[in-house]
Amino acid sequence: MEILVCVKRVPDSAENEIEVNGEGSDIERDDLVYSVNEWDNYAVEEAIQIRDNVGGSVTVVTVGDDESEEVLRREMAMGVDKGLLLADDAFEGADGKGIAGLLKAAVEKGKYDLILSGAQADDGAAQVGGMLAAMLDYPYASLVNKIEVGDGKLTVGREIEGGDQEMNEIAMPCVLSIQTGINEPRYVGIRGIRKVASLEIPRLGAADLGVEAAAIGAKVKRLDYFVPEMGDGADMLEGSTEEIIAKLIELLKANGGLK
Amino acid sequence: MENALIAPAEYFIFFIPTIVFSLLIPVIGVAIFTYIMALRTAPLIKAAPDNRFDRIPQRIYHVLKLWLGQYRQPRYRLAGVVHMMIFAGFLILSIRSCSLVIIGISENFVMLGFGGLLGDVYNFLKDYAATVVLVACGIAAYRRIVVKPARYAVPAKYGKDHTAEAVFVLGLISTLMISESLFEASSVAANVQNGLHAEFLAPASLAWLLKSALLSTPVETLQAVHIVAYYIHDLTFFFFLCFLPLGKHFHVITSLFNVFFMRIDRGNVKPVVYGIQDDQLDDLESFGVKKLEDFTWKHLLDFYSCADCGRCSDNCPANAVGRPLSPRFISIKGRDLIFKNYPIYPYGSRFKKSDALIGSIYEEDEIWSCTTCGACEQECPIGIEYIDKIVDLRRGMVDEGMVPQSLQKPLRALEKRGNPWGKMEKKRADWTKDLPEDVTVTDLGKGKDSAESLYFVDSITSYDDRMQEIGRATATILSRSGADVGILGKREKDSGNEIRRFGEEMLFQTMKEMNTDAIVDSGAKQIITADPHAYNALKNDYSGLPPVEHISQFIARNVKSGAIRLTGAAGDGKVYTYHDPCYLGRHNDVYEDPRTALDAIDGLKRVEMKRCRDRSFCCGGGGLMLFYEPEEEQRMGVLRVEMAAEAGADVIVTACPFCLVNMEDAIKVAGLEGKMEAIDLSELIVQHMQ
Repeated sequence: MEILVCVKRVPDSAENEIEVNGEGSDIERDDLVYSVNEWDNYAVEEAIQIRDNVGGSVTVVTVGDDESEEVLRREMAMGVDKGLLLADDAFEGADGKGIAGLLKAAVEKGKYDLILSGAQADDGAAQVGGMLAAMLDYPYASLVNKIEVGDGKLTVGREIEGGDQEMNEIAMPCVLSIQTGINEPRYVGIRGIRKVASLEIPRLGAADLGVEAAAIGAKVKRLDYFVPEMGDGADMLEGSTEEIIAKLIELLKANGGLK
Repeated sequence: MENALIAPAEYFIFFIPTIVFSLLIPVIGVAIFTYIMALRTAPLIKAAPDNRFDRIPQRIYHVLKLWLGQYRQPRYRLAGVVHMMIFAGFLILSIRSCSLVIIGISENFVMLGFGGLLGDVYNFLKDYAATVVLVACGIAAYRRIVVKPARYAVPAKYGKDHTAEAVFVLGLISTLMISESLFEASSVAANVQNGLHAEFLAPASLAWLLKSALLSTPVETLQAVHIVAYYIHDLTFFFFLCFLPLGKHFHVITSLFNVFFMRIDRGNVKPVVYGIQDDQLDDLESFGVKKLEDFTWKHLLDFYSCADCGRCSDNCPANAVGRPLSPRFISIKGRDLIFKNYPIYPYGSRFKKSDALIGSIYEEDEIWSCTTCGACEQECPIGIEYIDKIVDLRRGMVDEGMVPQSLQKPLRALEKRGNPWGKMEKKRADWTKDLPEDVTVTDLGKGKDSAESLYFVDSITSYDDRMQEIGRATATILSRSGADVGILGKREKDSGNEIRRFGEEMLFQTMKEMNTDAIVDSGAKQIITADPHAYNALKNDYSGLPPVEHISQFIARNVKSGAIRLTGAAGDGKVYTYHDPCYLGRHNDVYEDPRTALDAIDGLKRVEMKRCRDRSFCCGGGGLMLFYEPEEEQRMGVLRVEMAAEAGADVIVTACPFCLVNMEDAIKVAGLEGKMEAIDLSELIVQHMQ
């Protein structure tokens, strides 16, 4: 089975202190460290496991710049066969629809039975997977937490609000967005990344993909970026743990929550 | 010399001279033994290299102390003494057993040099030796069958009980002792009856008692006893010899070599591959131990040598809290796999191809459960190693990507930010903001200033709110003792002690290089740390650094010189106990300095826990172990806090930030809040500094 996994390089929310920059146009990026979007790791692991079971190959693709190569290499160190970098100055500032359009062009350059993406990105809007499926006119399932491979089709599980589980049959080729917890992604260390350091990663620009800059340009424009003001409803308790607990109990009692 | 009985070398049964058996039994026995030993050697030859032929005088010293002197045996009093009796008996009787084999061929054979006085003394000694061994076998069998000490039990998941094999061997040994004594006693009894010169038997020995009982037995019967006893001894001797390499009694043969080749240094970790330098690591195809032959030959010899005594597991904190790890079975399962893959029967069997160890004989969680506290290695009477095996297996798992999610996050953060929480580098020195006004610490990370002494803080003390107190106390002690102190600030990275011990060698190498550069650039003349894990890494894993000292050593030294003067503790009404951190005590032999520092506080009441010094019980582990989510029934820290309570203490003094984290948590979990407290040595000393 030929599988394409769409991944993204994002500022890691666990290892950064995110602050908004002075102009309010973006976050402060000077001191940030980046990594692969967490959901995408699960998608890649799932793709590798499927390939190991039924054969075929796995390709990872990302839309980004030179630095995005780092995340492709990390995924290749996990065991992915090929990397594909979509990079061009024209892609800068693309919105979700623009990214989906670029990925569609990349999909059409290959022959994939299955396309996976993370359910969402740390810094994203959870829209690319669905848009890509629609543009390709492929069937789509979101928030997938289980995949069983059948003959020309897949049985996919989806997590439903409240913890219920749903099972669906879906024909291939198709697009799935993958939920965390579907598997346990393998570890990649410095050694693994060094091993794939010399592998060639093809780079495709607007011309290679046959897309026009106008088609990529953002239709959704970001107006502002700020930390919301603390609402009156929130009452921050301060002090040591013991003091906080004591205050909380007092408050609960005063408002009738505890009798 | 005239004897009343015909010797086995001259005797006939139905016209067959028994000398035929005297020749056949040894020849067949030695042939089978050689065959088995050749097959047992095969995996050692196929195994990974190991560097064990250095420092010969030190190795001979270990042999004299641990092997000949049985130094670690009495740590378990009764079992140890019983073992020493059997061991000493075996050494003495080995000469007698060998001569007996030849006596079956040549009646008057005497071992070279044993003709005169030495022979008389020896004969006297060996009569008692056989007696002592028989008595010891009796006690050992009673323990095995009736007392059944818990450490011999085999949990269901590890297979069947091992008692039968142990008792069978005790039976073999007893048979050897009795038959040897009977052989001699029958001859002496016959000679006495016939008024001939008789060998002198040591009074009240087994042979002497048997002779006394046989004095009125007819000579024909004695003749039969004499011959039968001889061949029972001969057969049992060679059967036992061939039986040794088939199970846990292989240690009778291998322990001498195992002790000779045992690890000499402590606190260190073996290189990924012996003979490969750090800068060549990138060229290696594979990392760590994945299949049986990836172990070094010494590690396979360890498996052969395990006597199944269970002392390692009895001291293993992971085993004590119900984690899926029992060091004893790391060895036993390894040994059984060698036996299975290198079969000796039927003759000509092919060696089996090795499978991945993880998932077949070992489980992932089993290998991650180890805190590398070193209690098992400290206890093993014959120097079997575990830490290097665990680290090698982890290296193999890391290389295959088999790392639990709970550890992947901190490892990624270490790679990105140099600390397992992923906190910002620029905040690494934030703990210095709240230092007392008189205390000055220079931030050398900015590159301009210099300082005589470098305080290596390490990650947990830099970033954890509670542990920052240790940082401030340490800086205060150093500064107020007159030291010129600096820190590396944002240039300091995690020391990597656990990164290495969790098998992520390349990440460790990265940390080591960055720290080494920063330390060398700082120009500091000495390094001081309050974190034993950092102390261990800098001292044993790094190279080319100025001398490293733990704060407890600094305190002890300065108390002695008078640079630190402490006020008394009179009337605080508390009872203190000192908990030895594994990486300070067992791995680096720092036991006295923290106690000296505590005792310098006049009037401080201090008690020792039952498990202290080299038998200290791990708090739960430091570094990455804080992030690992083990399957366990309870916490190590809780057991440790209960031990402190049992000792009558109400304050646990530690000298390690990880111990302090674990103890403070454990006090809450054990419900001892208000009754028990934990404090770091540096904090306590600051409270008492004048």
